[in-house]
Amino acid sequence: MIQPRFSNLPPGFRIQRETNTEEFFINMGPQHPSTHGALRLALRMDGETIVELVPHFGYIHRGMEKQAESMSYLQYIALSDRQDYLTAIQNNLGVVIALEKGMNVGVPEKGEYIRVMLQELGRIASHLVFYGCFGGDLGGQTCLLFGFKEREMIHDILEEVTGSRLTTNFFRPGGSRYDVPDTFIPRVKAFLDHLEDAMRDYERFLSKNIIVLERSIGIGVLSKEDAIAYGCSGPVLRASGVEFDVRRANPYSIYDQFDFDIPVFHNGDCYDRYKIRIAEIHESMKILRQCIDKFPKDGPWRSKEKPVRLPVGRYYSEIETAKGLYATYVVAATTGEKPYRIHTRGPSFPHIAALNKMVQGHKVSDLVTIMATLDPVIPEIDR
Amino acid sequence: MSEYIILSIFLFLGAFIAAAATVVGLLLGYRTKNTKNKMAPYECGMETIGNARIQFKVGYYLFALLFLVFDIEALFLFPVMMNFREIMAGHTALSPVIVIADLAIFMAILVSGLAYAWKKGILKWE
Amino acid sequence: MFVPSITNPVGDFVREMVPRLAEYLPASIQSDTLNSIVAFLVNALICVIAVCAVNIGSAPILIYMERKVCAHVQCRLGPMRLGWHGTIQTIADVLKMLFKEVYAPSGADKLMFYLAPLIVLIAPFIVCALIPFGRDLVVADVSMGIPLIIAVNGFGVLGILLGGWSSNNKYSLLGALRSGAQMISYEISFTMILLFVVMISGSTNLMSITLGQEGTISDWWIFKIPVLGIIAFILFFISSTAEMNRAPFDIAEAEQELTGGYHTEYNGTPFAMFYLAEYIALVTNSALATTCFLGGFLPPCIGVAFVDNYLNMVPGVVWFFAKVFFMIWCYMMVRWTFVRPRVDQLMDFEWKFLLPVNLVLLIAGAAYIVVCG
Repeated sequence: MIQPRFSNLPPGFRIQRETNTEEFFINMGPQHPSTHGALRLALRMDGETIVELVPHFGYIHRGMEKQAESMSYLQYIALSDRQDYLTAIQNNLGVVIALEKGMNVGVPEKGEYIRVMLQELGRIASHLVFYGCFGGDLGGQTCLLFGFKEREMIHDILEEVTGSRLTTNFFRPGGSRYDVPDTFIPRVKAFLDHLEDAMRDYERFLSKNIIVLERSIGIGVLSKEDAIAYGCSGPVLRASGVEFDVRRANPYSIYDQFDFDIPVFHNGDCYDRYKIRIAEIHESMKILRQCIDKFPKDGPWRSKEKPVRLPVGRYYSEIETAKGLYATYVVAATTGEKPYRIHTRGPSFPHIAALNKMVQGHKVSDLVTIMATLDPVIPEIDR
Repeated sequence: MSEYIILSIFLFLGAFIAAAATVVGLLLGYRTKNTKNKMAPYECGMETIGNARIQFKVGYYLFALLFLVFDIEALFLFPVMMNFREIMAGHTALSPVIVIADLAIFMAILVSGLAYAWKKGILKWE
Repeated sequence: MFVPSITNPVGDFVREMVPRLAEYLPASIQSDTLNSIVAFLVNALICVIAVCAVNIGSAPILIYMERKVCAHVQCRLGPMRLGWHGTIQTIADVLKMLFKEVYAPSGADKLMFYLAPLIVLIAPFIVCALIPFGRDLVVADVSMGIPLIIAVNGFGVLGILLGGWSSNNKYSLLGALRSGAQMISYEISFTMILLFVVMISGSTNLMSITLGQEGTISDWWIFKIPVLGIIAFILFFISSTAEMNRAPFDIAEAEQELTGGYHTEYNGTPFAMFYLAEYIALVTNSALATTCFLGGFLPPCIGVAFVDNYLNMVPGVVWFFAKVFFMIWCYMMVRWTFVRPRVDQLMDFEWKFLLPVNLVLLIAGAAYIVVCG
C-alpha cells in the first residue's frame, strides 16, 4: 500500500514503506551554484541527511551525435570542443585520432610533440579548475580565484598557439591547423617554473588544512568494485585503487616515449580524488619538461594535407582526458566526408551515475564536496 | 534608569530604520507584474515538491534545550564571578572556602549534565 | 518627577545650555522639569545621531574594505571604476538596492517575512549603545553591560529563524535551522568567555572593564593573566565569528549548498537590512573584543614615559577605532582564508571542544585568582 504522504512522489524515486521522521524532497539544480551547470539532482532528505539522490540530465542537450550525422568530419571536431569545454583541446585529439585511423595518415614527430604538450597543458588547466572548484565548493572562495589565475596563463599560451582560449578546434588529421610560434617553448618553460612555485603555495593552502581533511577524508567512498562496475575512469577510478590510464594501458600519440608515473590512491574518498589530481598536475609538468628538452626544432609539423574522407568501416579511438576515458566511435557507412554515426563516450556521465551510491547517508554539504571531486562538466554529460 | 530608557530608544530605532528601509524599498522599488513564476519560491528553477514547512528533526530542539541550561547557568555565575576577586581576598562576609565548594558543586552538576547528554548521543548532529 | 538624564560631558553641556536658552521663553511655561526633559531629548537625539553614524556609516566603509581585502587576498584589484579606487562603488550599490523591487514570494507569511529584518537589526543597535568609545563617550553606561549584551545578542537568532521559516522555501528553512542551532550553541562559549573577562576584571560594566586595563600593554586583559588571557582571546575570536555567521562559520548562508540560506527569498531593502545587521554586528563584536581584551580606548603604552606621552596625546576614540579596525581586518582575513566546516562538525566543535575548554579556562582563571590574588 502506498502511504498517502508519498502519493506525489517525484519521478525517479522508489517508495519506501518505513520512515521515522518526515522526509522531504529538495531540488538541487538546475539553477544551483554547486552543480557546475544545468544539472538537476532531486534529493530525498531526512533532516540534513540524504536518503536518496536521483540525477536528471538533459537541460542542455544539443543532440550532438545526431548533428554529427549531417556534418562533415571536420565540422565535428569543432563540436567536440563544446562537449567538455574544460578539456576542449583533448577532445579534439580524441576525434582526430579516430579519423586518422580511418584515413590511415601518420603524424610527423614535431606534430606529435605539439599534440602531447597541448594535451598536458589542457590537463593542467582542467585540474586547476578542479582545484578552484573544490576549494570554492568547500566554502573557500579564494581557492577559486587561485586556481583560475594559473589557468588563465595556460589559456594565454593556448590563445597564442590556437587562436582561441576555450574552444580550440586545433588538431587536424595528420597534425594540427598551425605550427606553434617560436615563443611557444620559452613561454611554456616560464609557465612551468611559475606553476612549480604556485602549486607549492596552493597545496599548502588546502592539502593540510584541518577543515579540508575533516570534510573530505572518508566522504563519498567509492569502492574499487563499484568504480569499475559504474564505468568510472580517470582520476576517479585511480583514486579508488585501479591503475588504469589510457596513456599507459593503450598508448596513443607518443606517450610511450615519456617517463611519467600513474598516481594511484586506494581509499576512494574525496581527499584521494583531490590528491590524485594534484599529483597528476606534477606528472603533467614532468611530461612537459621532457617535451621541452626533446622538442624538435625543425621538421614538418603536419603530414601532407589530404581531404578528410573515410573509407567504409568502424573506427574507434580512446584517449585519457583530464576527466577520464574519452572514446570516439565513428561509423562510416559510405566513403565520403560525412559519417553515418559518431558516438562519444564521455567520462563525466558514469561518474554522475555513481553519485547516488556515494552520497547515501551523507549530508548536503558532503554532496557538494563529492560533486566537486567528481569534477563533472554538464555539457559533456548532456552533449 | 535613564540608561535603560536610552536603550529602549535604540531598540525602537533599530526597528524603525529597518521598517523605514522596507517602506522606502516598497515605494521606490521597480515594480513588475506579479506572475506565478515570479512569486514562486526559489528552488533552483523547479517547482517545489510538497510543503516547505515540515516537521523537522527533533535534534534541533534538543540543542535548544541544552542551550537553555547552559545559558541560565552562565547567568547564575555572573554575580559570583563579578565579586570573585573580592570574595577570595576576604573583603566580603562570605567565606572563600564555602564559595569555592559551592561553585565546584554547581560546576560538577553542569559538567555531569553535559557528559550525560554527550553519552546519550544528543550532541550528535543529524 | 523622575526625568532621565545622560551622564557624559556632552550631556552636561546640553544640560547647561538648555536653561540658558529657556530664559528667552515666556516665564509662564518655564520650569525645571521642562528644561530637563528638553535636555534629555536633545541628548538622546545627539546619541541617536552618533550611534547611527557609527553603525550605518560604517557599513559602506566595511563593505568597501571587505571587497578590497578579499580582492587583494585573491590577487585581484577589487572595485576600481567608480571614484578613486572604487571608493563610491558601495554607495552606488546602496542606491541600486533602494530601487530594487520588494516582494514576498507566494506562500510566505507576509507579516513575519517583513518583521524578520526588523528584529535582526535591533540587536546590534543596542549593543552599539553600550560600548564605551572614549573615556567619556558612552551612550548608556549600564552596570549590567555584559549580561545585557548577551541577552540582546540572542535576539538576532529570532529574526533569522523567522526569516527562514516565513519564506516558504526549503533552502531558507534549512539555513535558518542551521544558523539557529549554530548561533545558540556558540552563544554559550561566547557567554563563557565574557564570564571569564568579568571574573578577572570584577565588573560587568564595560567602562570599568576598560578602565581596569589602565597602564601599559601588559595590563590589558589579554596579557594580564599569562597564557589564559591569550587563550580566552582566541576562543572569543572563534565564537564571535560563529555568532556573526561569518565564514568559515557561515553554514547558515553556505552559498554552495543552500544558495543563500535564510535570506534566499529576500530582495531589495529587506535583504539590505540583513546585510547591514551583519556588518554592524562585525563592528560591535570587534568593539567588544577591543573593550574586553585590547584595552578599549586606552593607548598601547609601553612603559617608557617618552613614548607614552606621545601615545597619550592621541584621543581615545582614535585608538578605539584603530583597534576595532584591526580586529575587523583579522575577521576578514580569516573569512577569505579558511574553508567552511560541515554543520555537524561545527556543532561537535562547539559542544565537544570549545565548551569543555571554556569550562577548564574558567576554572583555571579562578585558580589563578585564588593563588595569585
